[in-house]
Amino acid sequence: MDGIALLTIFVLSIFVGFEVVSKVSAVLHTPLMSGANAIHGVVVMGAIIVAGKAQNNLELSIALIAVLLGAINLVGGFVVTDRMLEMFKPKKAPAAKEGGAA
Amino acid sequence: MNDPLWVQLAYLLAAVLFILALKGLSSPRSARRGVLLGATGALLAIVVLFFSGIELKNLGLILGFLAVGSIIGWVAARRVKMTAMPQLVALFNGVGGGAAALIAVVEYFEVGSSDLLFLIFTVATVIIGAVAFTGSIVTFLKLQELMTSRPVIIPAGKWVTILVAVSTIVVGVWLVVDPQDWLLVTLLVLSSIFGILFVLPVGGADVPIVISLLNAMTGLAVAASGYVLDNVLLLIAGTLVGASGTVLTSMMAKAMGRPLTATLFGAFNGTTAGAASTGTDRPVRSATPNDVAIMLGFANKVILVPGYGLAVAQAQSTLRELADLLTEKGIEVDYAIHPVAGRMPGHMNVLLAEASVPYEQLKEMDEINPEFSSTDVVLVVGANDVVNPAARTDKSAPIYGMPILNVDAAQQIVFLKRSMRPGFAGIENEILFDPKTALLFGDAKDTLTKVVASLKTV
Repeated sequence: MDGIALLTIFVLSIFVGFEVVSKVSAVLHTPLMSGANAIHGVVVMGAIIVAGKAQNNLELSIALIAVLLGAINLVGGFVVTDRMLEMFKPKKAPAAKEGGAA
Repeated sequence: MNDPLWVQLAYLLAAVLFILALKGLSSPRSARRGVLLGATGALLAIVVLFFSGIELKNLGLILGFLAVGSIIGWVAARRVKMTAMPQLVALFNGVGGGAAALIAVVEYFEVGSSDLLFLIFTVATVIIGAVAFTGSIVTFLKLQELMTSRPVIIPAGKWVTILVAVSTIVVGVWLVVDPQDWLLVTLLVLSSIFGILFVLPVGGADVPIVISLLNAMTGLAVAASGYVLDNVLLLIAGTLVGASGTVLTSMMAKAMGRPLTATLFGAFNGTTAGAASTGTDRPVRSATPNDVAIMLGFANKVILVPGYGLAVAQAQSTLRELADLLTEKGIEVDYAIHPVAGRMPGHMNVLLAEASVPYEQLKEMDEINPEFSSTDVVLVVGANDVVNPAARTDKSAPIYGMPILNVDAAQQIVFLKRSMRPGFAGIENEILFDPKTALLFGDAKDTLTKVVASLKTV
């Protein structure tokens, strides 16, 4: 795609990004940050792309590390965000005991 | 190397899902659905990528590393205690930034293009990604208390940091003008060092803001990598996170009453005075669990101020038990939640929700602050900095300007504390020495259990 089309998408995305979170309450700051964090985990796609066309072992090794890191970001990000929000579920059996280290 | 039309359409759908995810996460009711939408978008994009017809030489290895990374992420996210969640988010963010930087490096080696825009965005990805990576590692170490949470000030740190920053930019520009492999490696190293120097002087209480900032930076790195790889979805997703992350960072900074510049450069300018040195031997009034039970039992109105110490002691359920007991006795009970109670905005809400504290009893700062003057007893459990009046009066305090809970307006104040050690920001709290303050030392869970037991007999 040509540069100007990418630039257009970039600029419009900035505005969407600003707008979409402009009315969030403080309670959700952390889950929102964590969710956004998970979304940039799609960087793993980039890692897969470069790994797929690696021409030597050095390139492949670096790319595979990127795949690993990206996957951690993506999967871990979504799972931890979901765990944070699990807590907001209305009406649940009181306090599932967790480890209980006093 | 244009993707087929159906692939492009699938990416567009994924991008829309990401936008809806962020939108959903902005409201409590739709938040969980937001996560689901986001995850669906990501899954869709990755599956489509594999079938999009791009060159995939090392498919087995790629799938293997993808699986291992996913398992590591999954297990870490499932296993982590909710109190340690902020540092895990920092870590996830860091590895994402690292991945972006590495992608740009590999793409540079593979393509070796001398196209100006390609080079500029490669440099941007490497710098921002590497800074986000090492910066996040340092914030992780600070929050995990593997290193001091205080601002770390190295001698002439300001000048060293400026020197590194300038060299990074010089090498970046040089690389764009005259692309050479060793310059790229140097750039990676310099940016990594800058990331460390940039976060080291940030004080404990400001760390959440920095996490949010680094999160936005990783978003930008991902966006730039999208440019490098000519992948529109990465560009959109990264930009969305970069923009929304920036808004979020400024909202957090505002909630703490700290302009972003003070957060980042405070330590350099010496506004983070040493403190925590004076008078831990000054007299304080300590109380027994029984005293506290009596004070609470005969009050009309009680406000509970939970802090990070409560969560560390895993005493949320015990506190809820106490609140229930007081309510049964006809005493008005509220929880006062400071925007940054815990370690991150909203962290305390998550921790209390875990203990099934009813959502309606949680009062935000602006709502509860006028109530303190008509309150008989305030019970501060494991909180310190968020009630420290130094934020109002002491210009040299690192938390100066942060809005606080006005617990000092109440008739009586009880602090449940492990020790006289100051809070995360490392400054003394004058309220502790106030004659109307009583201190109950010990593990919060332990002392709260005793208070509950005594209260039953009052």
